Amino acid sequence: MTDIGSLKVKTGLAEMLKGGVIMDVTTPEQAKIAEEAGACAVMALERVPSDIRAEGGVARMADPSIIEGIMAVVSIPVMAKARIGHFVEARILEALGADYIDESEVLTPADDTYHINKHDFKVPFVCGCRNLGEALRRIGEGAAMIRTKGEPGTGNVVEAVRHMRTVMSEIRALTLMPKEELMTAAKNMGAPYDLVLYVAEHGKLPVVNFAAGGIATPADAALMMQLGVDGIFVGSGIFKSGDPIARAKAIVLATTHYNDPKILAQISKDLGQPMSGIEISTLTESQRMQERGW
Amino acid sequence: MKKRVGVLALQGAFREHRQVLENLGCDVVEVRKSSDLKGIHGLIIPGGESTTIGKLLMIDEMGERIKDLGMKDLPIFGTCAGMILLSKTIIDSDQYRLNLMDTVVERNAFGRQVASFETDLLVPAMGPHLVRAVFIRAPYLREVAPNVGILSEFEGKIVFARQGNLLASAFHPELTQDLRVHQYFLDMINEHWA
Repeated sequence: MTDIGSLKVKTGLAEMLKGGVIMDVTTPEQAKIAEEAGACAVMALERVPSDIRAEGGVARMADPSIIEGIMAVVSIPVMAKARIGHFVEARILEALGADYIDESEVLTPADDTYHINKHDFKVPFVCGCRNLGEALRRIGEGAAMIRTKGEPGTGNVVEAVRHMRTVMSEIRALTLMPKEELMTAAKNMGAPYDLVLYVAEHGKLPVVNFAAGGIATPADAALMMQLGVDGIFVGSGIFKSGDPIARAKAIVLATTHYNDPKILAQISKDLGQPMSGIEISTLTESQRMQERGW
Repeated sequence: MKKRVGVLALQGAFREHRQVLENLGCDVVEVRKSSDLKGIHGLIIPGGESTTIGKLLMIDEMGERIKDLGMKDLPIFGTCAGMILLSKTIIDSDQYRLNLMDTVVERNAFGRQVASFETDLLVPAMGPHLVRAVFIRAPYLREVAPNVGILSEFEGKIVFARQGNLLASAFHPELTQDLRVHQYFLDMINEHWA
């Protein structure tokens, strides 16, 4: 029997992206640069997170013509962002043929209580998380891939590190619990019980987990890989830097050779200025995108 | 003798191949640089993005080293992106390739991700039981030379083929529990080193 858009092919595409870098792009020219540098996919956007942060206002799904223009020039998968809870934006992106939808806190949420029922779609979804409970709620809703939220558009990796360490230590804690403690753990973290059982048994999430939100250098990418993520999203970090082509190539190499400090030293040389970056404590609560999502 | 099988680990689903090979009793080496190729009895090129893997193969001429091994009859199995990289001709693309199989491959040949599918495939070499095959933005072989054996077709499209020591599938046997496709490759390795 032939099955189109099954959970297996949704999670399977994420498996194929592992060990790779997914780059935010806003034009077909940037998309070509990303592909040429070795990106395993691109995220088609109207503005990168640091510009959304700077300009303020409501951030929405990109104009379909931007997404189509990017799909027309690259052969790698093209992802696009929909607002949290905005299932019509998601339907539009699915109709356009986007390969993955990021239900993203970078955009202004359209629903302050509910996320999209992602099981309803043939196109797979990726969602952000800050902890294990949030990751498992999103997977329960049908997300086929997870990423850390980090703090987008800051060029500051500290939040992505915190979110990854939190997820990993919560996974480790579950694997040590006797079975009678798992229901209460599920209740306390607000996660579906069957997924808590899966994590306790396997010691990992049932889907691929990438790092996102603040990665700006090859060393940042390698740090996240060493902390146990499966791959890297880079948002503003490439095209808001001094030499996007060199930086993009270096981050791709760092994601493959994350465990080889000699190679990392070599590829970290002469990359020009990284994006300038923001210290997290200077952001007010309303400026923190990671608080979006329920 | 326990066989030592390399899995190209530059990008993509290399971990899944590793697990299947270990279940079949192989020693597995993750290949990230040319020196990792030393002493392997066979090599798997996994699914992933063929352009990304191709760029990373150009560094240190690792691709050329793999090509030499393939020409010297080392068993090599490419799945999905691996099928693309093994082919001599890639339609509408000048991307890097290993240039080993006399095949013409078309990328994303079944459509974008929303058209990705899984199905039951008849592979006569694996016996009468169908193989559950997962196709993700998959390629197929539009043409093959007479020296290439066709192992399976789906809706008239070649999705599994062998040319001597080289094996290529458009689908992902590493994503299912069925070990027969990897066992077939392991048999090729055992024959070669007998």
